[in-house]
Amino acid sequence: MSAVLAAGPVLAAVSSPFDINALVSNFWALTVDGLTYGSIYALVAVGYTLVYGVLRLINFAHSEIFMLGMFGSYVTLWLLGFAPSGNTYDYGIGQTILFLGLATIGGMVVSGAAAVGLERVAYRPLRRRGAPALVFLITAIGASFVLQEFVHFVLPHLSGNNLGGLNAQQPIRLVDPTVQFHIGSAEVTNVDLVIVVAALVLAFATDRFINATKFGRGIRAVAQDPVTATLMGVSRERVIMLTFLIGGMLAGAAALLYTLRVPNGIIYNGGFILGIKAFCAAVLGGIGNLRGALLGGLLLGVMELYGQAVFGTEWRDVVAFVLLVLVLMFRPTGILGESLGRARA
Amino acid sequence: MTTTTATVTAPAAPHLGVGDRLRLWWDTLPRPAQWGIGVPGLVLLALLPVLRLPVLTTVGTDFGTVMAQFAMYALLAIGLNVVVGSAGLLDLGYVGFYAIGAYTVGLLTSPDSPWNQTDTWLPKQWGWLLAVPIAILITAVSGLILGSPTLRLRGDYLAIVTLGFGEIVRLLADNLDNITGGGRGLSQIAYPQVATSAARPTGIFSAGNATPPWNAGLWWYWVSLALIVVALLFVGNLERSRVGRAWVAIREDEDAAEIMGVPTFKFKLWAFVIGASIGGLSGALYAGQVQFVAPTTFNVINSMLFLCAVIVGGQGNKLGVIVGAFIIVYLPNFFLGRTSLLGIPINGNDIANYKYLFFGLALMTLMIFRPQGLFPARQKLLALGRGMYQAARRATLALADGTADPAPERAEGGAR
Repeated sequence: MSAVLAAGPVLAAVSSPFDINALVSNFWALTVDGLTYGSIYALVAVGYTLVYGVLRLINFAHSEIFMLGMFGSYVTLWLLGFAPSGNTYDYGIGQTILFLGLATIGGMVVSGAAAVGLERVAYRPLRRRGAPALVFLITAIGASFVLQEFVHFVLPHLSGNNLGGLNAQQPIRLVDPTVQFHIGSAEVTNVDLVIVVAALVLAFATDRFINATKFGRGIRAVAQDPVTATLMGVSRERVIMLTFLIGGMLAGAAALLYTLRVPNGIIYNGGFILGIKAFCAAVLGGIGNLRGALLGGLLLGVMELYGQAVFGTEWRDVVAFVLLVLVLMFRPTGILGESLGRARA
Repeated sequence: MTTTTATVTAPAAPHLGVGDRLRLWWDTLPRPAQWGIGVPGLVLLALLPVLRLPVLTTVGTDFGTVMAQFAMYALLAIGLNVVVGSAGLLDLGYVGFYAIGAYTVGLLTSPDSPWNQTDTWLPKQWGWLLAVPIAILITAVSGLILGSPTLRLRGDYLAIVTLGFGEIVRLLADNLDNITGGGRGLSQIAYPQVATSAARPTGIFSAGNATPPWNAGLWWYWVSLALIVVALLFVGNLERSRVGRAWVAIREDEDAAEIMGVPTFKFKLWAFVIGASIGGLSGALYAGQVQFVAPTTFNVINSMLFLCAVIVGGQGNKLGVIVGAFIIVYLPNFFLGRTSLLGIPINGNDIANYKYLFFGLALMTLMIFRPQGLFPARQKLLALGRGMYQAARRATLALADGTADPAPERAEGGAR
């Protein structure tokens, strides 16, 4: 952050000055684009927020769970007989939705299983030993390394060099972005529409699940007070597993939506920066707070693109990080405050 | 009857591993004997790239260069250990300080930089040496600027904010094309042009001096080793002072420390700034040695690697983290270019490439079975004098051997 402040005047003097006009003239287009990215951030952010709410743990490896989801949905399409060709498949609207749905389920299964597996293998032994928070975080970093490098080096060996490796996967395209209607001057494509609607539906469903079901009540109880919740007959271990499962499945769904938007993004380190940003989104809205994650995700997606218009494309990630630092400085618990238990309102 | 009472009242003999015995033996030695063993040991360590023992020497890369890199990482690990190990602040963006140190030297001395000061007030021959203190100063200030708003945050937030900081520094280096050269980086950075000869026209520190064993890597290794000794003395003295005691208190329980009157924010900031300046020093060394800086060197993943060195070595143990740095740097290079090990054919390059996979697995297993690291720090009697401490240690050793006599036992009781 300091470096950005110091570089401010330098930037103005050396490279192009701030381009406010670009923001004004493309305002609606940027907003629509920002909302699509924002909904993906929001879905991933829910995974961070739920785990944090229940365990007070930054699940650093969640970005890799998302990355595995991208591969999961890709493999599902592959198994359905699609081959990565340069062209877009055209199956008509009904079948395309069916295939996309199957791919989403594939991504959700892989991500959900990976998240639960990670919890079993890495975090549960530590919980049994009552390890301090730092130990959990370092384990998460280690797990993040392992999952990335697994896809980077081991997966190509297992799949006959068809999956993983150094380069991004050749995209399998099912949908071409075509303009459906206009908002202001902005073109809204079918892909944008699918992403935003799907993300909102999933976010709403998760919100209902946490706030209106028995399982959700268990999660909220553990988040509020693990000891009392255990005394009341809530199984803490089961709640933790459920939390990882929901977070993982949402990350898997987000992964498919992301590949619709960025078909060339299926790569071993493709989740890393997105994961950090989704975490920023969760913190922005108030970590541990489900609705905060949604709000933070959308806000971050939109602000990032506004920033990109003003400062230039290469400053997009910088804008996201600076926004995080600024929000934390002035509102350390995020916009909506941090609490899963009390967020039901 | 009497024997039973004795066994009941005497404290149970503590279980001591090999490391504990070694440590106890070392700790009970008088100061001159410690120097007597330490100095020749250090000389031997320094001479490793000259001796080039066949067991140790790397195949794929020059051993001297590997050792120079190790020394640089060791310096980084010592600096990061102050932040993570001593004060217990998780800094995931430490690479940012490393980058700032390297880029400061680069910007001041590279002909690609618009702020090149060579031949204005930085002479060509000694430009690097003069740029180093400036680099340390600027990284210290950047540590102060980053630390003052963020150190008020809770632990996990700090981790993410520092991660963002590390990434921002790299992105700045990548994006400010007009100043940092963007992805092309800055080349021809100054280095000390000393001891020039007919065989080595650009001096012993130049990257052009590549004939082993007396190559540039060796000389940089020696410079770095000297700086490590200085840094160790500096950090060691700090740890034994009021500052160090405050860090330990903050690490163990920040609220309790605050209540006891420790100005926690001030001392956390100190840890951050001292850690940052050591990182900056290491970055300056890197810039001088490689004579080229580019943004890719300063990936966040490297930050994690530095953290690996500290965690594997043992947080809070400044000698342990040096071993950690050695493992991190040496092991991948050991396998690089090797086609067989102990007669078993292996693909060394593959193994070297998998380093993040192995380090990740190592971190995970270490956290489950030995979360304190390979060489864990022992809490010393910081407040009491050295003599008291030694008496306590001797008692522990005697207890373990079963030769305890009542007097040191009492001293040991005081140690607890």
